[in-house]
Amino acid sequence: MVDVTYYVVLSAILFTIGALGVLIRRNPLIIFMSIELMLNAANLAMVAFTRVRLVLEGQIFVFFVMTVAAAEVAVGLALLVAIFRTKHSINIDEMNSLKG
Amino acid sequence: MTAELIVFSILALVAIATALGMLFSESAVYSALFLVLNFGTVAVFYILLNAPFIAMSQVSVYAGAIMVLFLFVIMLLGTGLLPATKALPWQKPLAFILALVLAGESVYLLFIRKATSGEIPQPVETFGSPHGVGQALFNLYLLPFEITSILLLVAMVGAIVLTQKEKKKESSDG
Repeated sequence: MVDVTYYVVLSAILFTIGALGVLIRRNPLIIFMSIELMLNAANLAMVAFTRVRLVLEGQIFVFFVMTVAAAEVAVGLALLVAIFRTKHSINIDEMNSLKG
Repeated sequence: MTAELIVFSILALVAIATALGMLFSESAVYSALFLVLNFGTVAVFYILLNAPFIAMSQVSVYAGAIMVLFLFVIMLLGTGLLPATKALPWQKPLAFILALVLAGESVYLLFIRKATSGEIPQPVETFGSPHGVGQALFNLYLLPFEITSILLLVAMVGAIVLTQKEKKKESSDG
């Protein structure tokens, strides 16, 4: 097996790219994708540690993280559709009021 | 250099390149497709790490369901390309600096905390297989597993309620 350090470094790089995406992109859809990328990077580190320690709990937890990610995307995209209906734009700089 | 290390290096390069492609492509559709490729490579990493069940869930849940939802919404809203807005001039450089700090910090923490673990044990045949994961999910972790069903139900109801068109209120004075 490849040393677990490589996997964790790769996971850190992917997480950083995701965080950078949240910071520099103005399209909320791409911000969502960056959040998915960060969740995925955390999952990768967790599965790598699971392989080293040989305890199954890490994989179970990754399964739950996937469930939460699916729920988050469903609600988040529904929110975006609702915002687009009222504002006719999803530019994140224009979302500056709670009651549009 | 073993064969597994070569496979790992190539896949890692693909994963990082697709993540960067997701980050820097102008069109949201291209970003979504890059992200699908990224999820695919991560699924191959899971197979290398003896987690076939998680790899299959990754492909079906992330690369399948979630990204299809993303593509649907991108095409529904027709906002693949946003008009360029006046961004704060210092935002991008600051973001890059902060990202570099984050990456450096995490790698540094990894190396000062690294323990010499010695030999990595070989897993048994069923480790991470659907059989093994299912045994754990339906015996020891049955309650959390059932709670996820409530979570998904709430998410589904929430998505329906949020996207529902507002009904016109019956005005009594009209």
